Amino acid sequence: MAKSNEIKYLTAIKQEKTKKKFCRFKKYGIRYIDYKDVEFLKKFINEQGKLLPRRLTGNSLKYQRKVSDAVKKARQMALLPYVTDLFK
Amino acid sequence: MATFAPLNLFINKNKFRVMNNYELMVILTPVLSEEEFKAAQKKYTDFLSENGGKVTHSNPWGLKSLAYPIQKKTTALYWVLEYSAPSDFNEKLKVQFLRDDQILRHMITSLDKYAVEYNAKKRSGVQTGNEKAAEA
Repeated sequence: MAKSNEIKYLTAIKQEKTKKKFCRFKKYGIRYIDYKDVEFLKKFINEQGKLLPRRLTGNSLKYQRKVSDAVKKARQMALLPYVTDLFK
Repeated sequence: MATFAPLNLFINKNKFRVMNNYELMVILTPVLSEEEFKAAQKKYTDFLSENGGKVTHSNPWGLKSLAYPIQKKTTALYWVLEYSAPSDFNEKLKVQFLRDDQILRHMITSLDKYAVEYNAKKRSGVQTGNEKAAEA
């Protein structure tokens, strides 16, 4: 019988804890998301120009809604594309 | 005296029309010359002041390339105007825009107090706080 210190992988290896996501708007106290600030909005869309989900950005629902409104306004005014490839 | 208080309120409401803060973004055709662009701006700011509005800030962005073509044009002139106006003004303004064939597209956004604060900060070059979030 193997000694306890020889048994290595019977239990799951402890992985590094993933960083807890947070809402950057709540953390930094941002109350208004500007649709004119394209560089800022680019952080919330993927390279096809689609909005990133909350699951990835960590935004709270309140601010995700504001982000999506801002992105949609920017699209209307041709500041951001509706569809592209290899954006950014 | 107390009975007169609601009456006073009523009079005041009629005297001072409630002004709201708005932001207007207009896309104009790129074929306009510098003078024509300025004339178009002046036309609408005059129209605003005629209707009891007030310009907070006017910011002509000038020629900019569009993210996608509008009416087969790939570049256009942008103009952003921040103003306060009575609530019935925007409908009149929209009619004017739709009649004007120099204007490709327009958008009016109503600004809340945080938006007004943000715009004022941005204009004066103070940090708006959004920079920190951009890093994160």
